[in-house]
Amino acid sequence: MADSTVVSDQQPPGSGQTTPSRGPYIAGITNRNTNLGIRGFMLFSIGVFLALVLNLLQVQRNVTLFPPDVISSIFSSAWWVPPCCGTASAMIGLLYPCIDSRLGEPHKFKREWSSVMRCVAVFVGINHASAKVDFANNVQLSLTLAALSIGLWWTFDRSRSGFGLGVVIALLATLSTQLLVYNGVFQYTSPDFLYIRSWLPCIFFAGVITMGNIGRQLALYECKRMSGKTHQD
Amino acid sequence: MTVRERLREKISAAFYRHGLLCASYPVPIILFTSASILACCYPLLRLPLPGTGPVEFTTRVRDYTVPSHEPQGDLGERPDWYRGPPVAYIQQVLVKAAVSPWDSTLVPVDVFRSPLGRVFSLLEEIRNHVHNDGSGVRSLEALCLQVTDLLPGLRRMQTVLPEHGCLLVSPGNYWQNQRELFDSDPDLLKTVHQHEPKGLHTSATLRDLLFGVPVKHTGVSLYSRKRVVTYTITMVLGSYDARFLSSLRARLRQLHPSVNCSLREDHMVHVHFKEEIGMAELIPLVTTYIILFAYIYFSTRKIDMVKSKWGLALAAVVTVLSSLLMSVGLCTLFGLTPTLNGGEIFPYLVVVIGLENVLVLTKSVVSTPVDLEVKLRIAQGLSNESWSIMKNMATELCIILIGYFTLVPAIQEFCLFAVVGLVSDFFLQMFFFTTVLSIDIRRMELADLNRRLPAEAGMPPPKPGPLRPREAPPPPRPSPYTITLQTPAFRNLRLPKRLRVVYFLARTRLAQRFIMVGTVIWIGILAYTDPAGLRTYLAAQVSEQSPLGEGGAGGLPPHLGGASVFPGAGGDPASTLSVLPAPAEPTPLPENQSQGHHGAPREGVPHQAQAPPLVPQISWGAEDEEGWRRLSFRHWPSLFSYYNITLAKRYISILPVIPVTLHLSPREAIETRHPQDTRHPPPPSLKTNDLPADLTFIGTYGEGSKQVINPPSLSRVAALGLAAGVLLVLLLFCLYRVLCPRNYGQNGVAHGRRRRGDLPCDDYGYSPPISEISPLLLRGHSMDIECLASDGMLLASCCLAGQIRVWDAQTGDYTHTCHNLGGGTEPGGGVFDEDEGYPLRRRTTPRPALFEDQPDLTPLIDTNFDSQPPSHLLLTPPRDGFDFGGLVERAYLEHEPPSPGLTASYPSPSPPSGPPPQRRRSLGAVWAMELRGNLIAAGRSSGKLELWDAVEGSLRCSNEDGVSGITALAFLNNRIVAARLDGSLDFFTVDINKPLGLLQYRGPPGRSNIPPSPCYSSEDVISCQLTRSVQCAHQKPITVLRAAAGRVVTGSQDHTVRVYRLEDSCCLFTLQGHSGGITAIYIDQTMVLASGGQDGAICLWDVLTGSRVSHVYGHRGDVTSLVCTTSCVISSGLDDLISIWDRSTGIKLYSIQQEVGCGASLGVISESLLVTGGQGCVSFWDLNFGDLLQTVYLGQSSDGQGVRQLVVLNNAAIVCDFGSELSLVYVPSVLEKLD
Repeated sequence: MADSTVVSDQQPPGSGQTTPSRGPYIAGITNRNTNLGIRGFMLFSIGVFLALVLNLLQVQRNVTLFPPDVISSIFSSAWWVPPCCGTASAMIGLLYPCIDSRLGEPHKFKREWSSVMRCVAVFVGINHASAKVDFANNVQLSLTLAALSIGLWWTFDRSRSGFGLGVVIALLATLSTQLLVYNGVFQYTSPDFLYIRSWLPCIFFAGVITMGNIGRQLALYECKRMSGKTHQD
Repeated sequence: MTVRERLREKISAAFYRHGLLCASYPVPIILFTSASILACCYPLLRLPLPGTGPVEFTTRVRDYTVPSHEPQGDLGERPDWYRGPPVAYIQQVLVKAAVSPWDSTLVPVDVFRSPLGRVFSLLEEIRNHVHNDGSGVRSLEALCLQVTDLLPGLRRMQTVLPEHGCLLVSPGNYWQNQRELFDSDPDLLKTVHQHEPKGLHTSATLRDLLFGVPVKHTGVSLYSRKRVVTYTITMVLGSYDARFLSSLRARLRQLHPSVNCSLREDHMVHVHFKEEIGMAELIPLVTTYIILFAYIYFSTRKIDMVKSKWGLALAAVVTVLSSLLMSVGLCTLFGLTPTLNGGEIFPYLVVVIGLENVLVLTKSVVSTPVDLEVKLRIAQGLSNESWSIMKNMATELCIILIGYFTLVPAIQEFCLFAVVGLVSDFFLQMFFFTTVLSIDIRRMELADLNRRLPAEAGMPPPKPGPLRPREAPPPPRPSPYTITLQTPAFRNLRLPKRLRVVYFLARTRLAQRFIMVGTVIWIGILAYTDPAGLRTYLAAQVSEQSPLGEGGAGGLPPHLGGASVFPGAGGDPASTLSVLPAPAEPTPLPENQSQGHHGAPREGVPHQAQAPPLVPQISWGAEDEEGWRRLSFRHWPSLFSYYNITLAKRYISILPVIPVTLHLSPREAIETRHPQDTRHPPPPSLKTNDLPADLTFIGTYGEGSKQVINPPSLSRVAALGLAAGVLLVLLLFCLYRVLCPRNYGQNGVAHGRRRRGDLPCDDYGYSPPISEISPLLLRGHSMDIECLASDGMLLASCCLAGQIRVWDAQTGDYTHTCHNLGGGTEPGGGVFDEDEGYPLRRRTTPRPALFEDQPDLTPLIDTNFDSQPPSHLLLTPPRDGFDFGGLVERAYLEHEPPSPGLTASYPSPSPPSGPPPQRRRSLGAVWAMELRGNLIAAGRSSGKLELWDAVEGSLRCSNEDGVSGITALAFLNNRIVAARLDGSLDFFTVDINKPLGLLQYRGPPGRSNIPPSPCYSSEDVISCQLTRSVQCAHQKPITVLRAAAGRVVTGSQDHTVRVYRLEDSCCLFTLQGHSGGITAIYIDQTMVLASGGQDGAICLWDVLTGSRVSHVYGHRGDVTSLVCTTSCVISSGLDDLISIWDRSTGIKLYSIQQEVGCGASLGVISESLLVTGGQGCVSFWDLNFGDLLQTVYLGQSSDGQGVRQLVVLNNAAIVCDFGSELSLVYVPSVLEKLD
């Protein structure tokens, strides 16, 4: 859907044909912004969707407790959770290609949609495991999930920047969750790491890697689309 | 040779042999594989089919004991879940109450008000019932299931459902079990309705829970036709006490005898509930399945270049699925029963096992040379990928083993399945998929052969000419399993690594179809496992039609009733049961009993009453025995879940129901009436009930109304399903559109599918057979080649010896004309005199033209007069294949005569001390050469500009106005621009004085899309005049000169780029921005100007305004060459990196590390095809993704000689120098594109 709008967006800059030297560049810049927006929106919606689905998993198992008024609907968590996750995923998904280009080491490892889909599936699987598999103790659960997350990174990313960014964002997110819980916005049923669950950083890390993967893939589309556009000119 | 290499070789050899085997005996192997799949799946037959519906088991009440936890030896028919005590025992008291006889003075509310009112006294009776025998006193309090709080989310039900006490539910709960509240309630229906949830609800509602019978059967309605109210009092007992229950039963029966009732009381039903998939759990499941389908889609989309894409995709999916089935089957065989929810872990298993291997196999096999035999291709493709497949499998097994040692049971089980699945998947890949692939390839081979045969036949066989040292097919390369066989040319298809992207848009709408099929299957699975209770609902609909519909007289034919549904029921009068209580007498008549219904417990019992509207009859049928069956199967789980008790994987025992019949007199009904009840007017239809004559009519009317009611509910289900399906399809369509935008194919090759013929290797699709990509070696130069020039038709090369040879660029070695311009044996300019003086021209007959539309080119001319190439004495510097760095270059500049050559990318390596001075001075080496039309412009180090006739090999004119060596030349239209070593720029005009009538054309320009070159015939007088000389165009020597689109651009050592207009040699801009000397410039017809300097920077300029558009630092060291396409800039540097930049944003897309010394040679063949030179080979790259497509080896000895210059001709051939030879490589697929 979003891509079809992109196509229509690309038609107006065709006026740049009259001044061939300048046109493509200006069109490229404006197009870049719209593309950025579209990419951000797509990432946002993916993030919202994943947040809804994965939160459902957690709520089913009573891992998190939200105010109980709106239970038994899809929007089983508080209203602010999906937008937060969406925004975060949009930021992450845009940040990854950006950092790639800044560092000058484009990510070439497994850049294809099937790999991205695999990554998303594994991410959902990790969440699934965290919510549904009964572990003997929390340490075991956390260690398993940590290993799975690292495995996710190794399988689908393997870039140093990806790892670093993932760790940093995971730590930040964990910290903010701690603050949220501390201030009583919501709570965990059985916190084992200060106020939260100890596997939360692993989940965050895996999520960052996944969103980064998606973002990179989308950015690849943008590159190609841009080149296609100039080709049309 | 390390162990690893040996291992690798062994694996490779094994795979090779295996591939041969598979391709040789496809049919037996497929049969064998299918047999083994079936054998492995056989244990699955014993597994219970999955489903989420509850399972029942019936035992007798009489000798019931609580089953023990231990599994007993003689299980018999006992299911394995029937162990231990149940969660609860359900005892229901089924109350049927009616006001009889019905009085016309009664209002509709009376139908249910007083019957409902009796529930309180019944409750009282039940609660207070005490059974006292020798062992002690038992009451309901002691036996019942004590419940605590409701779940926090159910606050609104707190007033209705019991808390902190016995779980005893009845309609009285609506009024907190208080008669006073009931009596003062003005509107009972409103009270009942206010607790109903809004909207559609598939699970049990509160009304169902409290009444214990489906809403339709309660009779609590203003428009009830039967005027019988049915409800239950449900007791949930924690422990079973037969004596208490029987005493309660006896007591109730004694109080409210329902003599006509002979429900079976000897069986109790145990209901086991599976783990339920609710809507909330379904959503993540659906998500994982969607992701799975997307994954499969994106994977199978990569299968291409085969005969039947569909077939192979199907084979791939079959491989994965049957390997999963095999793993489950094998695990079951060895006693591991799966406890995991199969539907949940299935997507993850598929993802873990993955489709990659089959795709890699396919790709590997189809990339082998097509001219091989099929089985050799299969074998080779297998052995090519053997190492990566084995490596990946080993890695995955390791990961799974690690997972196994987490010692979490669920994960262990998952890992076990995954391991077995992986192994069986490997087995299937090797046997099943490979064989299918071989069959497919063979089919394609046949089709391909049929299609291509005529075209091949039309090609003339290559004839070796006398001076055509075409390279013979070299022997196979040494490594035995990479390229083993007699290939007509050297090529080593380095396949991209596993999981490289190939974005093909499925030409067929494969994705959509696949998703559709998947959706259909998924819906089928859903309907089968029945998570939403659809089946129960439908069953209820069907059974409802049967027994109760017949309210009419007995004259109705039985087939209108339930007879067709339950055969034998309607026609058997013994199985009917009707009760006619005497008017105004609550006790029923015992004569009317009938005991005949025992035989058919599931039979519907149509009751044939004489006067139904007048005297509401209470009948007990077999369906009342197990009235709970008509409830949603989620009834009990939801009741228990309100108290946070899950029934998943546990069972409850449902005790036989206690029937209670209540008959109320009209007087009692009137007494209990609430003052507001009378405001409901009786419905007009009831008025007709008095007339006996209308009985039949009423009956049929009742029948009709039933049937009116039923079809809408069925159609509602259908509409619901349809809507859900449409929604799903829309959703998937949107998903498809998001993931596959429509502009795939429109924007050309930039993204999406590559068009056929665009890439020689990746998507050759057999239209250009790969064997055509064979380099043509052009031999003849005795020294290393220094300059190359081409205009698409002809190709001129100049070697260090000063020889200029002209080749036909179309056919390679066909036409060549050699000029010997080299420093002759005697000093002075004698060579030229010689050249003109000797009329010795050797012509041979022209060969038939290869292409019909090509002009017949001039015959072979050889004017090579020198017996021996003289200059190997002169120039034998060690050519380490490197450009001169800035330092070296400057050092050369300080020496006077020699200097860097025609471009910065390839400076002349002539050493300062080599040649005898006078010879150098008199002639000078050719430093720059340009070819337009049939004129060759050669610039010499002596500053002399010469124009040669390329066809005839004669010098047409020369100009010696300048003295400084010509470092670069540009030849555009009829102007020649020469840049000199001293930084000056000379503009020459070529004048042609054509004699009339002697116009001679070389023919139409043919395929070349360049502007038609000026053509000169040999009779023309050609003069070359200096029109303008710009002295001091640059402060330092000009290193680069490019001309296009009417502009001449020069780059110099003085860090500036200047743009001149060609017509009036006016300097338009001086572009400053580099911090080093300019080493590379690119300009094309679209006025894109890019420059690269010694500082490693690349600048993009706007030629119209002279402003700098972007500026990036790309290389360590000089930028040695630059090429732009419409979307990107390709630069190469001294650091042997080739970097690809996005042209509009200046962002580096990726870079390619080149071999040492080969970084400078690159060319762009088409918008997406990049060719680079390497050590003895040229490599083709996909520009969009940076994939190496193919490497073509130029000669036998692939080492040592590097490709330093590379020229892309218009006819999609590339020419590169290869030591003293030229190599012409056709990329014929691009030809087709140009067509």
